[in-house]
Amino acid sequence: MANAELTTSIPVVTAPPRRSVLTRQRVRSAWLFLTPMLLVLIAVAGWPLLRTIYFGFTNTSLVDFDNHKWIGFANYLQIVQLKSGRILYSGVLVDPLWWRSVWNTVRFAVISVFFETFFGMIVALVLNAEFRGRGVVRAAILVPWAIPTIVSAKMWSWMLNDQFGIINVVLLNLGIIHEKVAWTASADTAMTAVLVVDIWKTTPFMTLLILAGLQMIPTDIYEAAKIDGVGPLKVFWRVTLPLVRPALMVAVIFRALDALRIFDLIYVLTPNNAQTKSMSVFAKENLFDFDKFAYGSAASTLLFVLLALITIMYLWLGRVNLEGGR
Amino acid sequence: MTAAKLIRGTLFYLLVAVIVFISVFPFYYAIITSLKTGTALFGTDLWPQVISFTNYVLVFSSGSFPRNLLNSLFISSTVVVLSLLLGITAAYALARVAFKGRKVILFAILSVSMFPQLAVLAGLFELVRATHLINTPFALIFSYMIFTLPFTVWVLTTFVRDLPMEIEEAAIVDGATPWNIIIKVFMPLMWPALVTTGLLAFIGAWNEFLFALTFTSNNDQRTVPVAIALLGGASDFEIPWGQIMAASVIVTVPLVVLVLIFQRKIISGLTAGGVKG
Repeated sequence: MANAELTTSIPVVTAPPRRSVLTRQRVRSAWLFLTPMLLVLIAVAGWPLLRTIYFGFTNTSLVDFDNHKWIGFANYLQIVQLKSGRILYSGVLVDPLWWRSVWNTVRFAVISVFFETFFGMIVALVLNAEFRGRGVVRAAILVPWAIPTIVSAKMWSWMLNDQFGIINVVLLNLGIIHEKVAWTASADTAMTAVLVVDIWKTTPFMTLLILAGLQMIPTDIYEAAKIDGVGPLKVFWRVTLPLVRPALMVAVIFRALDALRIFDLIYVLTPNNAQTKSMSVFAKENLFDFDKFAYGSAASTLLFVLLALITIMYLWLGRVNLEGGR
Repeated sequence: MTAAKLIRGTLFYLLVAVIVFISVFPFYYAIITSLKTGTALFGTDLWPQVISFTNYVLVFSSGSFPRNLLNSLFISSTVVVLSLLLGITAAYALARVAFKGRKVILFAILSVSMFPQLAVLAGLFELVRATHLINTPFALIFSYMIFTLPFTVWVLTTFVRDLPMEIEEAAIVDGATPWNIIIKVFMPLMWPALVTTGLLAFIGAWNEFLFALTFTSNNDQRTVPVAIALLGGASDFEIPWGQIMAASVIVTVPLVVLVLIFQRKIISGLTAGGVKG
């Protein structure tokens, strides 16, 4: 991770002996400036994370919150042998509902990120071209991004409504479906509904990141390709894609991390649907709705570990410049 | 040759039209729905026969929606002010002063920005419960720092680092203290970055759902996303779709207007920070 950028971007504090008092004073005030921010981060992130991990090893319940005891790994995996000789397994790691939610989340993340990248690339290429009305298009694509997730979930559940939804009416009139579909409730279509809304809402973000990458490509490369008579498709595969790939990689991993912790959209668009329940929804329900606080904490910890591994991969792949830039 | 060019141009603008339509139509349809009442609500007219503001009147006069709006406004503004205050000083220290441990701190900040909210939910619940902040706006103001603060510090650090060294050196020669350098030298130059990060922090806090759902328990303490999510009827047929859409339009229009006014700043902030607002 320590690359050349680190050495170049450290501000040159030219410190002749005369200035060392000044340097020391600056370092002291730097720590003074940082302390409030660090204290808040510890209070809001570090400490609660440790407590969540701790609760995962206890039998805490909401009913009697303060009286709990350490029970080891029982929330994760417990093997009990009955007198009859039968062996019972329990815990998150053998809970089919947990693995179901892992599968739902991973499937959701892979499909949504794929389509968001695909559509994001198309829209970014359009916005990278010069044409009349480009400003209008750029403003228009910001609208889905600006709409709160809960609002877009409600808007779409109205459009996807089984009785009165405009999407059923249009599809019926076009002859694509033959009877009205309960998009958000039926087991076959709930995940599709979640995917459609998420792709609609998040493609703009992907577009902006890809567009920023596209605009870094010097235009004379395109001019050279044009003079050499290279076709547009070949230019895309041979010039644009390789050059935009670093920006694309960062955007994809970033989106994937976000998709893996999805909660709001699924919770509001398809409530109580086993086909769409994500890891976050599983953990939240166990924590507060099913009164299995400790069990939910164990699930939260597993979610954290999974995302931490992916974050480490991201830092390694993205070669993030730790001096404060990217 | 020209025919091919014409077809290409037409196809291009067709694609542009599709992109604009897909982006804007759902929100347009929400606005239209919010202006319908009675049986018209259940038709799919793309333009209401009769424009009615009944849903808006109902949203504001019944229930706790006005209160929820004020809650959201108070919480989001406070979150912005606090994260900017903490962010500016931290960014100056991280961008301009070479000291041991800077890399570790930047790494920690970046890690926190990747945290899934669920990973801290149980611990935060214990904390706000023990401090009796639960079911007050302060529980939310506090917990929202987890996503606004890392982002603010990160973007502001990037921004300060790119300011020329000379402006500060002159002030140092004049004997200015670090605090005065921040206030007198950097603040005036940082306005663009402050507007961007402040706006993104505001949007993040305004839209937040999970903490707001978990840490509030009665209607008067809720923020608008939770209020909208919980607006419902006894059965599927009694769901007040008109009112839900009216409330949705009310909370979304200010955001859309802000985003469109500041679109260039927001785009640069999003891509510089790479953090979703």
